[in-house]
Amino acid sequence: MKPLSRYGPAAVALAAAAVALAGCSSSSSSTSAPASAGSATPSASAAAATFPVTVTAANGAVTIKSRPARIVSLDPTSTEDLYAVGAGPQVVAVDNDSDYPAGVPKTSLSGLTPNIEAIAKYNPTLVVASQNSGGLVSGMTKLGIPVLIEPAVSTLDAAYAQIQQVGQATGHAAQAATVVAGMKQQIAAEVAKAGSAHKGATYYWELSASPYYSAASSTFIGQVVGLFGLKNIADAASKPADGGYPELSQEYIVTAKPQIIFLADNQAADGGQSPAVVAKRPGWAGIPAVQDHVIIGLNDDIASRWGPRLPQLVAEIAAGIDQLH
Amino acid sequence: MRKLGALGIAAIFLIAAMLISALVGAADLNPLDTVAALADKIPFVHLPSGLSALDRAVLFQIRLPRVVLGVLVGGLLAVSGAGYQGVFRNPLVDSGLLGASAGAGLGATLAIVYSGGAGPSAVPPAAFLGSLGGVAAAYLTGAAASRRTGFGNGVATLLLAGIAVGFFFTAVQTLVLQRSAEQDVQTVYNWLLGSLSGATWQLVVSILPYAAVSVVIVLLHGRHLDVLAVGDEEARALGMNPAAVRLIVVAACALATASAVAVSGLIGFVGIIVPHVARRLGGPGYRSVLPLSLLIGAGFLVLADTLARTVLSPAELPIGVVTAVVGAPAFVWILRSTQGAPP
Repeated sequence: MKPLSRYGPAAVALAAAAVALAGCSSSSSSTSAPASAGSATPSASAAAATFPVTVTAANGAVTIKSRPARIVSLDPTSTEDLYAVGAGPQVVAVDNDSDYPAGVPKTSLSGLTPNIEAIAKYNPTLVVASQNSGGLVSGMTKLGIPVLIEPAVSTLDAAYAQIQQVGQATGHAAQAATVVAGMKQQIAAEVAKAGSAHKGATYYWELSASPYYSAASSTFIGQVVGLFGLKNIADAASKPADGGYPELSQEYIVTAKPQIIFLADNQAADGGQSPAVVAKRPGWAGIPAVQDHVIIGLNDDIASRWGPRLPQLVAEIAAGIDQLH
Repeated sequence: MRKLGALGIAAIFLIAAMLISALVGAADLNPLDTVAALADKIPFVHLPSGLSALDRAVLFQIRLPRVVLGVLVGGLLAVSGAGYQGVFRNPLVDSGLLGASAGAGLGATLAIVYSGGAGPSAVPPAAFLGSLGGVAAAYLTGAAASRRTGFGNGVATLLLAGIAVGFFFTAVQTLVLQRSAEQDVQTVYNWLLGSLSGATWQLVVSILPYAAVSVVIVLLHGRHLDVLAVGDEEARALGMNPAAVRLIVVAACALATASAVAVSGLIGFVGIIVPHVARRLGGPGYRSVLPLSLLIGAGFLVLADTLARTVLSPAELPIGVVTAVVGAPAFVWILRSTQGAPP
């Protein structure tokens, strides 16, 4: 849930298609991304699939000789990216955490502790994962199978670039560009709709209770909420060493009086918290968010991923802000 | 005289630790107002306090239950560590022995991964049962093995059985974790590090009966442990049943440890080190080591938790890190600067 690494170099594309794409992934900072969303409309013809293609993922330059017909995904976000860009029919196996979209070929493969032989059994021509654990890259390289490492991102632009890179690597660059443009447009629309009425409202983003882990504005998720101009109570507690994920003192959360509480660990069925549980915590009754019932239980799968469903997360955040008086 | 003096020092240490802990925190409550608000709770004392309703909620519903939970957990871990050291005549054992920690870890892991809708509330009872189950499995295995083979004096066999059970439980826990989702792995990891951040009065009340019963039983067996220290043969000659004493003290210590880990996770160091500080302070007899461990352990954990929640304020540190990072040098200093009985 807590992103372990930052995104490496942005996508560098050699295919002709990439020129248009690179433009929209590097031109703007995350805060100004929504403003430029309307302009990202690359033409379909420019994004024709050409192989071999070389992309620069977190594990360096990776060359894919021909359109990968058998893809194994070892990460839920990568799986969502693959299906969003239209590479779904090429996916033969996904890891045990991948659960979206419905009907993905879920297996017992693990992205946290990958088993090289078990992956090789699916005879993949491309493996996509979010971390190079257990010697994944060196093991697959020995077998001549290219691996894309697409780690947790720290900016919205990096998330877009990752989707476009997955598109290029699988022969779906055009659709990837369309997906990204659509995402930018939806996110910009939500931000515009929210307006500036509640700019400066304070919020607390709860990653876990006991202990109370939060995410500061410097994190990916902090930037997403930052689009709405909200003020994050975790910023005062975050030190460089915690990577933007401080463990907050409960006393501080209460006295910081956040106006909105977002629950990113909100699956009661999975042992998570729920707005009702949070409202009943001893000592929390004086928090404005509790008094005004602005405790937003997020879809915690979407909230912990950085894939094509980001606009849904932004919409959930916007709906929460809309509940402020 | 030395024992009474030592008890007095330990009691003052505990009270001072609780007071300091009640006065500081991320909320930056005014210390004078805080003292006034606390004193106001004493019967027949009425003091005006400038604390707002929110401040009072922070003090009475978040900070104080945490201080009291620290007292309970620290005292329980230290007194059970001392009890185990007496039972096994070994100064290197601690409260997590005999599968207590491994059992609690497995119980908590199973609750987090498979609890379904029960949520976080399932973790304390699961850890509690796991801890008791671990000790029971180790004790029954060890007792059966020493009956069958007549190996050793029973103590070594029991310890070995505990180590075997601990390894087995830890392996099962690793297997479960390896097959579970990343979020669950993180939750389990946080639990294993130990924390008092979830303290509530409800949690305090839930372990109070077990804590009281186990502490009273262990404290009543100080004289028996002193006799046991001489050896099983000698204890028998004095009309004592070593196996029975061992069973009773182990059961009480297991109950104490289980109560502590159920509400705090695995906090190391306290159970093994505090009894040695108690020996330095009040001499080697268990009639003083046990009550001293109770008081010093409680005070030590409250201080450690105070550091955990203030050093990086308003962020927190895992308490297990503080107990070891601060506790280890402090212990070495105590070893060097006192000329008491050997540990």
